[in-house]
Amino acid sequence: MKSFDYVQASQPADALRLIGAAPSSRFIAGGTNLVDLIKYEVENPGTLVDISQLPLTKIEKTATGIRIGALARNSDVAANKLIASQFPLLSEALLAGASPQLRNMATMGGNLLQRTRCNYFYDPSQPCNKRAPGSGCGAIGGYNRIHAILGASPQCIATNPSDMNVALSALDAVVQISGPNGNRSVPVIDFHRLPGDTPQKDSVLEPDELIVAIDLPTPKNAGKSHYLKVRDRASYAFAIISVAARLAVDGGVIREARLALGGVAHKPWRLVAVENQLIGKPATDATFQAAARQLLAGAQPHEHNAFKIKLAQSAIVRALQTVA
Amino acid sequence: MAEKDTYLIDGSNRRWFLKQSSALTGLLLAPPLVATSAQSTQRQPTVPPSGKRAITLRINKKTYKIDVEPRETLLDVLRERLDLTGTKKGCDHGQCGACTVHVDGRQSNACLMLAVMHQHQEITTIEGLAPSKSQLHPLQAAFVKHDGYQCGFCTPGQIMSGVAIIRQGHANSPDEIREWMSGNICRCAAYRGIVEAIGSVQKEGKTV
Ligand SMILES: Cc1cc2nc3c(=O)[nH]c(=O)nc-3n(C[C@H](O)[C@H](O)[C@H](O)COP(=O)(O)OP(=O)(O)OC[C@H]3O[C@@H](n4cnc5c(N)ncnc54)[C@H](O)[C@@H]3O)c2cc1C
Ligand code: SF4
Ligand code: FES
Ligand code: FES
Repeated sequence: MKSFDYVQASQPADALRLIGAAPSSRFIAGGTNLVDLIKYEVENPGTLVDISQLPLTKIEKTATGIRIGALARNSDVAANKLIASQFPLLSEALLAGASPQLRNMATMGGNLLQRTRCNYFYDPSQPCNKRAPGSGCGAIGGYNRIHAILGASPQCIATNPSDMNVALSALDAVVQISGPNGNRSVPVIDFHRLPGDTPQKDSVLEPDELIVAIDLPTPKNAGKSHYLKVRDRASYAFAIISVAARLAVDGGVIREARLALGGVAHKPWRLVAVENQLIGKPATDATFQAAARQLLAGAQPHEHNAFKIKLAQSAIVRALQTVA
Repeated sequence: MAEKDTYLIDGSNRRWFLKQSSALTGLLLAPPLVATSAQSTQRQPTVPPSGKRAITLRINKKTYKIDVEPRETLLDVLRERLDLTGTKKGCDHGQCGACTVHVDGRQSNACLMLAVMHQHQEITTIEGLAPSKSQLHPLQAAFVKHDGYQCGFCTPGQIMSGVAIIRQGHANSPDEIREWMSGNICRCAAYRGIVEAIGSVQKEGKTV
């Protein structure tokens, strides 16, 4: 591991000042992703700005829903009574992720920004446009079983590995951001990006901006929700495919629907048009199968991951059946 | 040993024991006298080399004062600097659980923690679990009884996780134990004994 400098921030304003003060500074929260990447020399920060002591750990009711501080631990959020009762989808997705140890350390902001698990990204001896822009993509033409089937580009076919992000997408969550020029809010659905020609950028967050909170708006119709995670072993493995589904059904007719897919793209995959088409339709297998086909329209498999299309199709139908 | 015991770790990783009392606190800031002895040419200067930080760690109810680089993980500090080698290094990447310690009571992977970030938190390692030198912790005893290991390499981490999930109420059935212990891999596959050991302590309602 290369050496780096270290400073600790006690207030968000300090954090913003410190991150702008030295070149190649990075925030560190739980450290579960960043320390790992520094060990592999994938990330090589000059200075770490420790934000783990910022007073941003509260989970509180707001006029429109619930606000979760960016430094709240994944384990605390999953176990929180407000979250478990009003947004069980988020608890379910958090508990499906990583291990008890890692969830105790990981924060909400860090989870939003965790980087891809593409093997070539992790190995500095391999080409990777995300790690070293312009060097090529090791996964295209390489071993690409875990890679994207939707929204990829000729530069990068990586997936976003987070379970939490898939649930947040289906919950219409909003990311609250502080930067040198003030505050802004970005819906999770617009927070992560597709790779395009700049796969080095996972999200729209600028390097000198701090995530301060995540807002969960109370849905119009609560309905039922489910997070379905398909993986290579029963626990402690990243998703091959995952589905966050939310459905409000009244008299057999769908009133509200949210459907987000994990493990298929560079961001949680959600198509609002497909959800809108579900409204007013009967909550039957035929409806669910059609929705799955639409959500996966245009899927492009690579050499080792064609199985993901059928798997995703079945997982979507199964998740919708569970909440119907 | 008393809770107030303090150790100063010098540049050569020698451990200076100080029984802390109000009369002695002033000494904490002074370099140990022995540092000026004949072998001192081999030693690092008493002023930390650039980049090092003077930090204070609370481990197993003792206080350690030590200079570390920001990049030193808690796992490396425990094993290489403080001689607390019960905590094991398996993968060094958060994937196996061999390095599990408690931080303010929560099971955590010491290999992904930077020591500088964890001052003033209560850290407990496997060395701090047993009530005394001559008595095992109930879960340690249960691991012996139920064959919860073969080579023993993963065992300290398994036991630290096991104690945590019993305390947290996540050890009510074999399935629940398996899910909440999934962050601890055992290459010898002693899983059956591990699940039995944890289940037995939970069932007997022992205070852990
Ligand atoms: C073995 C292993 C298995 C895992 N399995 C899963 C899994 O199954 N599912 C899953 O979803 N995840 C999994 N994870 C990933 C884990 O969830 C993430 O590592 C964790 O959520 C990151 O949070 P952190 O606080 O530790 O982030 P850090 O490592 O501290 O930071 C990550 C990034 O976010 C930035 N950052 C952090 N907080 C802020 C903020 N407030 N504002 C701006 N930038 C910020 C940092 O600069 C850094 O770039 C696994 C990790 C490991 C090591
Ligand atoms: S898929 Fe993306 S992250 Fe993986 S090697 Fe290609 S460019 Fe890098
Ligand atoms: S050594 Fe820390 S998890 Fe493997
Ligand atoms: S007992 Fe050998 S690794 Fe678990």
